[in-house]
Amino acid sequence: MGVGASIPRVDAFEKVTGRAKYTEDLMPGNALTGMILHSTIANGLVRSLDVSEALKLPGVERIVTCFDVPDIMFPTAGHPWSVEPSHQDVADRKLLNQRVRYYGDDIAAVIAQDEVTASRALKLIKVAYEEYPPLLTMEAALAPGARPIHEECPGNILKQVTYQLGDFEEALREPGLRLIEGQYETPAVQHCHLEKPMSFAYMENGRIVVVSSTQIPHIVRRVIGQALGIPWGKVRVIKPYIGGGFGNKQEVLYEPLNAYLTTLVGGRCVKLDISREETFVSTRTRHGMQFHLKSAVRPDGRMVARQIEVYSNQGGYASHGHAIVSNSVNTFRQLYQAEKATATKSCTVYTNLPSGGAMRGYGVPQIIFALESHMQDIAEAMGLDPIAFREMNAMKAGFVDPLNGITCHSTGLAECIAKGRAYIGWDEKRKSYMNQTGPLRRGVGMAIFSYKTGVYPIALETASCRLVLNQDGTAQLQMGATEIGQGADTIFAQMAAETTGLRQEDIHVISTQDTDVTPFDPGAYASRQTYVSGMALKETAQLFRQRLLDEAARRLGIKAKAMDIKDSQIMEIRSGKFLISLADLAALAFYSLDKTQHITAEATHHCKDNTFSFGACFAEVEVDIPLGKVKIMDIINVHDSGRLINPQTAQAQIHGGMSMGLGYALSEQLLFDGQGKTLNGNFLDYKVPTCLDTPELAVDFVETEDPTGPYGNKSLGEPPAIPGAPAIRNAVLHATGVAFDRIPITPQRMIEKFKDAGLLEGV
Amino acid sequence: MFDIERYYQATDIQDAVAALCADPKAMVIAGGSDVLVEIREGKLAGVSLVSLQGLAELKGIRLEEDGTLLIRPMTTFAELTADPLIRQRIPMLAHAADQVGGPQIRHVGTLGGNLCNGVTSADTASTLFTFNAMLEVTGPAADWGGKGDPGDVLLAKKQIPIAEFYQGPGKVALGTGEILTGLRIASEDYKGYHGHYIKYAMRNAMDIATLGCAVNCRFDAACGHLEDLKLAFGVAGPVPMRCPETEAALKGMAVGQALNQIGARAAAEVKPRDSWRASKAFRLQLVRELSRRALQQALDFARQEGGAAHA
Ligand SMILES: Cc1cc2nc3c(=O)[nH]c(=O)nc-3n(C[C@H](O)[C@H](O)[C@H](O)COP(=O)(O)OP(=O)(O)OC[C@H]3O[C@@H](n4cnc5c(N)ncnc54)[C@H](O)[C@@H]3O)c2cc1C
Repeated sequence: MGVGASIPRVDAFEKVTGRAKYTEDLMPGNALTGMILHSTIANGLVRSLDVSEALKLPGVERIVTCFDVPDIMFPTAGHPWSVEPSHQDVADRKLLNQRVRYYGDDIAAVIAQDEVTASRALKLIKVAYEEYPPLLTMEAALAPGARPIHEECPGNILKQVTYQLGDFEEALREPGLRLIEGQYETPAVQHCHLEKPMSFAYMENGRIVVVSSTQIPHIVRRVIGQALGIPWGKVRVIKPYIGGGFGNKQEVLYEPLNAYLTTLVGGRCVKLDISREETFVSTRTRHGMQFHLKSAVRPDGRMVARQIEVYSNQGGYASHGHAIVSNSVNTFRQLYQAEKATATKSCTVYTNLPSGGAMRGYGVPQIIFALESHMQDIAEAMGLDPIAFREMNAMKAGFVDPLNGITCHSTGLAECIAKGRAYIGWDEKRKSYMNQTGPLRRGVGMAIFSYKTGVYPIALETASCRLVLNQDGTAQLQMGATEIGQGADTIFAQMAAETTGLRQEDIHVISTQDTDVTPFDPGAYASRQTYVSGMALKETAQLFRQRLLDEAARRLGIKAKAMDIKDSQIMEIRSGKFLISLADLAALAFYSLDKTQHITAEATHHCKDNTFSFGACFAEVEVDIPLGKVKIMDIINVHDSGRLINPQTAQAQIHGGMSMGLGYALSEQLLFDGQGKTLNGNFLDYKVPTCLDTPELAVDFVETEDPTGPYGNKSLGEPPAIPGAPAIRNAVLHATGVAFDRIPITPQRMIEKFKDAGLLEGV
Repeated sequence: MFDIERYYQATDIQDAVAALCADPKAMVIAGGSDVLVEIREGKLAGVSLVSLQGLAELKGIRLEEDGTLLIRPMTTFAELTADPLIRQRIPMLAHAADQVGGPQIRHVGTLGGNLCNGVTSADTASTLFTFNAMLEVTGPAADWGGKGDPGDVLLAKKQIPIAEFYQGPGKVALGTGEILTGLRIASEDYKGYHGHYIKYAMRNAMDIATLGCAVNCRFDAACGHLEDLKLAFGVAGPVPMRCPETEAALKGMAVGQALNQIGARAAAEVKPRDSWRASKAFRLQLVRELSRRALQQALDFARQEGGAAHA
């Protein structure tokens, strides 16, 4: 079955039965164990490392320190490489670093026979530091005289961008405008993918092979080459099934170090199975951001001028750097448009905290929390209908972004809002929940979003695909794009069946990417694969189909144009008559004694388009005021992601995103002590919601047909995680009259604000 | 892979005590749900363990002749919650044990481990404080004096009130070679009582208590007055604690008045601290609110049963 059918996931059986092989399942039993020594200061220098005691421990093979690694700085962001130096990612770290930039920085590594030996060896290494005061807030890092965290970046500003569309100050002069300001703050959070980032590496024929749980095998290969200063072709990266990534694995994490470690032990296999605690501290986080928004609004609700000032806390290393807050600002400019002026300032600041990187939504959950809170606050302050106010100012079909040209080719936003509004019972509940008293109070809230599809024109969008015919008429589908748990393999199989005419069960998806044989594609991120890689797939499938028809034409003496492929059979179009099965055709192609033909197809799609997807979240909450508890009574996400390739897996994708939104709204945040040490880097203290904290999650769709999508489809991977937090915040506001401008809305914060608001009196 | 120096599976209580005497640095492992976590974290890396798994003498729940409930320490949370004696006589403990972690941990973690780890957040502890639980500790007899073959160790038993068992955060009254072998609740401490435990945490499962509140009361026949009240908290101080002043003040009070007063009185008596997990002010608010809600729930239970309390 092709596009639009809810077929079971092609990997469901393997995964449910535990047969699917993940990186850890593939680790050779005799692999050596690598373990990393992390700094116990947040800011400073490693003066010396004494490894002599550790080396004496039986079973320790090798210890390498920040003084031994190649003197090469490399970038880690999972962006396609840019041939223009000005667009290249910031290269600001070495494999191990003498200059310590956060509490937990990588300063040495041990290779030992087993984990216990390695962990004992780590404890025997003596470190002497030169300590600097930790710069744990953006204010501290930006203060005059603050020591640069990176020498090449004196003011600790990784990047700052300001621009205006129109003239903001001038626009404010219009008489009768209401100027409303708001300050909002979002925390650093972690992806919490089930499978930790892990890898193992060995050498073969003078080349390094790295098997890794990554979203971006081709980028990992390039960065390993860069980090080790070796030709990229000397590196082979294999990506098996992976247990989630959410952007953390859109980053080159420890693969370069792992590749380096194997070279130190003569190419023997070394595994780097980092712990959950290390994952929290030493991989990547979602950037915490601080927003200052200003809106000048006419009494009728039309926004005349808008301003954003945003500071993004980068932590110790650049990773994706300013690209993420740029995406926040782009969304600010795109979702709503001011009639006269939009002014923006964004600043990414190095601090001595764990590094921010890509995470599902890429800066957009942050801005949508701020923006949709702000929009609600404006509506409340001016007595505007919050939905009508949003609709009046929101992006319409045909919108062209004035800076990057991204165009709104299709929008179902209004229908999404209408569906969510009806589902939650918005109109009656907005009224009936007014003027409540007592400890338990209910409220409804909503939020909307827009999200682009892929990264064009900000970065390169390219993808490729290969189809290979088997001797029995079935085919292998090989994508450079990666399955990371989101269901990519399944919808690729559906697309391939749709366009080739093969039955879906005759399409065998090769789930593993191996940079030696897999066609090139940068990987899973930016909700791009269904759209961008889908185009490569569609072109390949068309080519493949044509080759099959040409082959049939040769064998049957009928014009290719007169034939079609349906259900893995060649038919005559005019009569609908069955001509030959693909199985028989393949047998002839491979084995006929006069002329054999190996049939494959491969295509690259260089994508030069983009489109917006949309959606809305509506939530109903009950707040237990004296206990500071929010209970989600009902919640729905309604999405316009264009045409759905597989409605059921689309729904599953939304469930996962909504769950992330719940944690973002109410409980998740990384906490640090005064020395920059992460306090809650584990699943006990970092509060990911459990199933008992999660209500039934309602999902609905508005299916538009996007003219630019390969099958009318638009982005769906990241959007589900975006609108939940502000919808819940706005519902709590409705219930209690208290506005939370900082997430997560934890019980303690609630108690503090409810107390200030006088809500706890008499209890 | 866990960094464990030595693992010894004891065959009975005597053997366990002997093994602990032979290696005073070794520690007991029961379900392991605290011990293994700490080994992995490195706090207990390199430890030697003496396992109590499978010792029949340390399992089970029964009623002694005088009506005393005897619970052996290797009873898991799931077993506690499912046990008919517990459900009938002290349903509050069945409920408290059911608040622990999630289903897996409740099938692994034991009551003994929950008390011997000495932590203030232990979900069964505050409830057991309100039942005046007596702990039976078995160890080497004083007159054995550690001489001779540890295998010939003489055993001695002592009874320690739960409130004395807790000596400080993570510290309980267990000396070298001593293990917890039983827990008793006398009939006068449960007969006629209705109680309720509220666990307040950041999540509805898989979390430790920000505050635990246990209220256990006896009402008069009309449920109009409090005849007796026992109030205990977890995480309101360094170890689980009772609130004797509040208890004394509320004894004999009309329930309406007691409901009005319990929160403020308890808040004046507890000693929660500020930590990054929760501020003192926040915990005090929880003390006020939860003590009232737990009392209300106990009253509701009593009224549902028409005053007919635990048989
Ligand atoms: C995922 C998870 C969730 C959890 N959730 C909760 C929760 O919600 N609430 C809660 O209270 N706890 C929770 N815990 C902690 C733990 O499960 C409990 O404290 C449990 O009761 C420990 O029992 P155990 O048998 O596993 O103890 P172990 O880990 O075997 O031992 C704990 C301590 O007690 C000592 N000990 C055990 N038995 C004896 C004995 N008979 N005599 C002498 N010393 C002994 C051990 O030496 C050790 O010091 C959780 C733990 C995990 C891993």
